[in-house]
Amino acid sequence: MRSLTHLERLEAESIHIFREVVAEAENPVMLYSVGKDSSVMLHLARKAFYPAPPPFPMLHVASGWDFADLLAHRDKTVREYGLKLIIAQNDDAEAQGINPFDTGSALYSQAQLTDPLKRALSAHGFDAAFGGGRRDEEKARAKERIFSFRSASHRWNPKNQRPELWNLYNAKKAKGESIRVFPISNWTELDIWQYIALEKIDIVPLYFSKPRPTVERDGMILVVDDERFRLEDGEQPVTRPVRFRTLGCYPLTGATESEATAMNDIIQEMLLATGSERQGRAIDKGQAASMEDKKQEGYF
Amino acid sequence: MDTPSSFQTDALIAEDIDAYLHQHQHKSLLRFITCGSVDDGKSTLIGRLLYDSKMIFEDQLAALESDSIKHGTQGEEIDFALLVDGLAAEREQGITIDVAYRFFTTEKRKFIVADTPGHEQYTRNMVTGASTADLAVILIDARKGMLQQTRRHSYLVQLLGIRHVVLAVNKMDLVGYDQSVFDSIVADYRSFAASIGIEQFTAIPISGFKGDNITVAPSANTPWYGGPALIAHLEDVEVDAAAAQAQPFRMPVQWVNRPNLDFRGFAGQMASGTIRPGDAVRIVPSGKTSTVTRIVTFDGDLDEAVAGQSVTLTLADEVDCSRGDLIAAAGDPPQASDQFRATLVWMDEEALKPGRGYWLKLGTQMVTATVQQPEYEIDVNSLEHLAAKTLGLNSIGVAEFATDRPIAFEPYAANRELGGFILIDKFTNATVAAGMIDFSLRRADNVHWQPVSISREDHAGMKNQKPRVLWFTGLSGSGKSTIANEVEKQLFLMNRHTFLLDGDNVRHGLNRDLGFTEADRIENIRRVGEMAKLMTDAGLIVLTAFISPFRAERQMVREMLAEGEFIEIFVDTPLEVAEGRDVKGLYKKARSGQLKNFTGIDSPYEAPENPEIRVNTVDMTPVEAARFIIQQILPLK
Repeated sequence: MRSLTHLERLEAESIHIFREVVAEAENPVMLYSVGKDSSVMLHLARKAFYPAPPPFPMLHVASGWDFADLLAHRDKTVREYGLKLIIAQNDDAEAQGINPFDTGSALYSQAQLTDPLKRALSAHGFDAAFGGGRRDEEKARAKERIFSFRSASHRWNPKNQRPELWNLYNAKKAKGESIRVFPISNWTELDIWQYIALEKIDIVPLYFSKPRPTVERDGMILVVDDERFRLEDGEQPVTRPVRFRTLGCYPLTGATESEATAMNDIIQEMLLATGSERQGRAIDKGQAASMEDKKQEGYF
Repeated sequence: MDTPSSFQTDALIAEDIDAYLHQHQHKSLLRFITCGSVDDGKSTLIGRLLYDSKMIFEDQLAALESDSIKHGTQGEEIDFALLVDGLAAEREQGITIDVAYRFFTTEKRKFIVADTPGHEQYTRNMVTGASTADLAVILIDARKGMLQQTRRHSYLVQLLGIRHVVLAVNKMDLVGYDQSVFDSIVADYRSFAASIGIEQFTAIPISGFKGDNITVAPSANTPWYGGPALIAHLEDVEVDAAAAQAQPFRMPVQWVNRPNLDFRGFAGQMASGTIRPGDAVRIVPSGKTSTVTRIVTFDGDLDEAVAGQSVTLTLADEVDCSRGDLIAAAGDPPQASDQFRATLVWMDEEALKPGRGYWLKLGTQMVTATVQQPEYEIDVNSLEHLAAKTLGLNSIGVAEFATDRPIAFEPYAANRELGGFILIDKFTNATVAAGMIDFSLRRADNVHWQPVSISREDHAGMKNQKPRVLWFTGLSGSGKSTIANEVEKQLFLMNRHTFLLDGDNVRHGLNRDLGFTEADRIENIRRVGEMAKLMTDAGLIVLTAFISPFRAERQMVREMLAEGEFIEIFVDTPLEVAEGRDVKGLYKKARSGQLKNFTGIDSPYEAPENPEIRVNTVDMTPVEAARFIIQQILPLK
């Protein structure tokens, strides 16, 4: 008898979910944010369909304020694995005067992330979209199903979710409706890191510490990633060894001071950390239930 | 409180992260559910497990402290329950109303907890949470002892086949940690558990609020307790991997992998057994045999794979095998049948409609299934068997099932993955029920179709026509029979072979045992559909004129027939017009209450959404309508 480890069981479950969706949906896509969770998802997708490549494209919602390293990693990954990439972006942001410095976080995430995502899903007629949500991230996610149904306008109704029994997923849907599928629902942040280490998955270098030009604002350390970063009067970038636990738009994502330059150091820091990973995201601040409100609007 | 030994990992993380990771990498996984009501302190217990295992970060703790003051029920103390109460609306009410999944980890194991509520109306949620659990923690409030809900939870745990049960007698602090209270609750539970088939359980006296016997046992307050702490027990209990691997090999095929002409692999997650290259396998239900040549994975070919793994198999022969088929050990395949008996948990607001077709998903098989009227319903509180005509939300019953083609399965007691299924409403697409197969009613592989040497194509060819069913639907008095008659006359003049089925020639003979209840109306249409199908096999153009008010039944008939043979004709006459005609005086009777279940009055008519043809008798005469219909179905061959 051979006992499967918890990571082997999680992996087998995620692969099963990927295959179910590909077998039952007409036009699936994978939301690829290039972060650590997306990197694990992509790895699992490659395993699920090996020796065939993942039979669906990657969709990256680019806000226009993405880290340069992140875009470089995205393009390298897509090239190496022969993936099809679709980029969704709000091209009118500048004309609309939307930017991460002047625009409130709610409007900013709506205009730069949620709306371009919804438009891309509708424009390509995707009826199933894989997302990297995990149930351990946030209380509102703990109750989300693995298959989450959205109306034609991409809204989520927490009262109308289907029960999920055993490993049976009901993927039937009406015309116009779509499914968000979360293959790594049951993974925790530690599982993700452990798996990245074990499987030697290539991740964005931003997760590793390196001296970077930074400024401190409202208790967050921000990295001055390009010349568009608007410095305030008297602000002078300081070079600090920093890294990121989570990645978003660079002017909105807080870095942590760290000496962790190797995978195990990162995991060690994570395990000894005293703040949750979403702490570094300005978008999640506000009332406690705000994730849930965002989800109802169509944010992942 | 003592420092929990299980959670003393900080030192190792700080000093030797490599050793810690090595340890973590080899952990096993245990999924369990907690059953109890709000008052049993269930959320508090889970919150405590998360807190003690350091799954709570400082920012979450700060939010928790401010929340505790705002919504908490524990005064100045931290209310652990608030850690796990999820959605905003629920938090307002102070109760959890759905299944939530929580995660924590110790040195030995990773745990996934399904947190399910205990209220009576949420059987659905508990069954959902229990379906993936290896173990159940049943909470009892020490002050109250066994309650009706304890019986209900235990019954559901047993029904869902969970083999490990923990009886957590909670709130021991509120009964002064009195051993006699604990012992008497355990004795009560033991006699009940035996009566429903729970042979073994582990009883632990705890306080989720104070932390007694959660991480170390015995706590200073219960020196008389000689068993394990809750966490220690959860860490040590054996997961059922051995049992699944000891069974014969079965793998439902999820997806056929064909990246190029040289590779054809069958992808799936193994439901039971082990498999090695060279093993002989049988495809079920076709019965074809072959040999496994490779077990292909991204990480290289395997010498062996076991139950629970997701793999891709290649076979030595070019056998027919696709999604929905099952690959099994050649010498010991599962049964395949189109009739079986199962226990059903109904999960939808709309009650079961016996005789209606539902999608049934089992493994990767998706078939149409009809459910007979239940043999009985089980009262989850008294466990009595009650007579039942249907099953409503949260009720459980036993019924016979028939599927439109044989499916491969195992009794649920032998294999959860191959014995558990869901039912899906064909119109709302909702998951309406969970089922567990008890046994097969016959072996479908003993039933052979009569070999037919004259094919349906031969029949149709001789008549120089394409067989079809012209299905007229509409309100009583809408003109269905009149138009259908006219269409048949015109087709007859065109030398076509037709037959008209209507209420009069069917209700007086074939269906004279049926009344006008919803169930009988469904059966009426099913028989008409089967009859029409036989007639199309004979090459005929069949015309039917029935109100057929429900979309589901019209869809059922559509699916019985070959693609394109079902022509739905909606005789779209408004209710006022039909009622104004009232040729048979039926509307008058219905309005005065003499006639019940009359379509359009006190029973709904579900108009077709996309009929092939739509006519009415306001803008057209019957003759014009008939001509229009024939125009639409040309050419006839």
